[in-house]
Amino acid sequence: MKFKSNWKWAIAAIVIFAAAAGTGCKKKGTDPFPASGAIAGWEKTSETRTYAAKDLYQYIDGDAEQYISAGVVSTSTSDYKYKGQLEATVDVHTMANAEGARKIMETGTKDAKPVQLGDAGFAYAQSIIFRKGTSLVRIVAYESTPDTPQALLELARGVEAKL
Amino acid sequence: MKSRREFLKTAATGAVLLGSQSKLGMAGMLDQHSGTARSKVVVARDAGLHGTGAQLEEKRVLALLDRAIASYTGLDNPTVAWKRIVPVGKVIGLKVNGLGGKGISTHAALVLAICERLQQTGVKPGEIIVWERDARSLQACGLTVNTDPSRIRVFGNDVAGYEDEAVAFGTIRVKLAKILTRECAMVINLPILKDHELAGVTFSMKNMYGVVQRPFELHANGCNPAVADLNCIPAIREKVRFTIGDAMTSVYEGGPGFHPERLWQPNALIVGEDRVAIDQIAWHMIARKRAEAGVPTLEEAGRPPHYIATAADQAHRLGTNDPARIHLMEV
Repeated sequence: MKFKSNWKWAIAAIVIFAAAAGTGCKKKGTDPFPASGAIAGWEKTSETRTYAAKDLYQYIDGDAEQYISAGVVSTSTSDYKYKGQLEATVDVHTMANAEGARKIMETGTKDAKPVQLGDAGFAYAQSIIFRKGTSLVRIVAYESTPDTPQALLELARGVEAKL
Repeated sequence: MKSRREFLKTAATGAVLLGSQSKLGMAGMLDQHSGTARSKVVVARDAGLHGTGAQLEEKRVLALLDRAIASYTGLDNPTVAWKRIVPVGKVIGLKVNGLGGKGISTHAALVLAICERLQQTGVKPGEIIVWERDARSLQACGLTVNTDPSRIRVFGNDVAGYEDEAVAFGTIRVKLAKILTRECAMVINLPILKDHELAGVTFSMKNMYGVVQRPFELHANGCNPAVADLNCIPAIREKVRFTIGDAMTSVYEGGPGFHPERLWQPNALIVGEDRVAIDQIAWHMIARKRAEAGVPTLEEAGRPPHYIATAADQAHRLGTNDPARIHLMEV
């Protein structure tokens, strides 16, 4: 009888654990792209497109291999516009582990300025790259204006907050 | 302006030859005049193309194109010159490159300038197809999809599809885009000059990856010999006969995607028929820029574009990579 009761508790615990894990999964799948107006001046101008690793060549053929070898699971991308003029693209690469994100970040940041974003971040005049856990985020602007660096940083912070 | 007699004389001495395969006939020239012929490549520049800012001054592109074509053909009248390049009454494809996304794709201003000259030459709007892999790549070039045959058509392989039957050459087996196989009598190649993470350099020959269904299968070993093999596929070798390469904006490191921190404005068009010679010149331009910027050479980075030499070898014979056999005209 006592054994039966313990068994019921064990099943209940498994159900609760599974529910919690499910909630965790949902959080991981949360859209990291700020909606229009969520970041002052920024408007989201396209639907989010998501590519699994095997389809990444459709988005960044030629560049895809370095992400695949670093363990990319999927890449999501969306376009933005700042104050109706400055266009930018946000790419969020979800890697299998944090090491993969670190590996990509290590390439080509020699002349970049470190910025406080996620686990590590770097800024150029027209782009920002940062990693947070298994996420690697790259934001590029298509024009260099006096506002560009600060505007990109604010958008990056908006993405970071949603990761 | 040169007379036809003078033009042919120049051709006979190795610059441009009217051959049987194409209007300008470079492939024929290399075979017929082996050892003496030189492949002409024109690099036309306009230092003011980007003005003081990063924005391209689109009105200057047509003038730059005219200068490049005049230098290549030796004919100052654009209409006369273009008649030597394209067949009238046939469908002409313009294969652009929008893979790198907005900011590092073939400029719409160049496409429009070529379309303007083609129409003045007598090519009807519906006989021009501007083409890439898909709508997104075309959009990256600043182009909008249009399939109305009464106007210049702009669409991708995602609309027209690929042949069911694969074709093979050397190491590769691919399904070709129907736009190439069924629609176009001739294709003018409009690549954009870029560094390439795998191939080293992407320009004229590498742009043909947008002509096949599964380009990512051709990336092994720095795309060598796949790039050369692909360009030997008869439909590509015979139809893609002229290159007007967009080197107005380029990325010298971190390509083929858009990396604004590695962007560079050579402000140039690179024109010619010999795809190998063009890629050889393109490689040297990127190499010079990398040296100037203090980044490792492509050899040091472990990705020299070996496919260029492969394309020139006896098994491929697509053109020459020998500087002594390239007649480079910088104007």
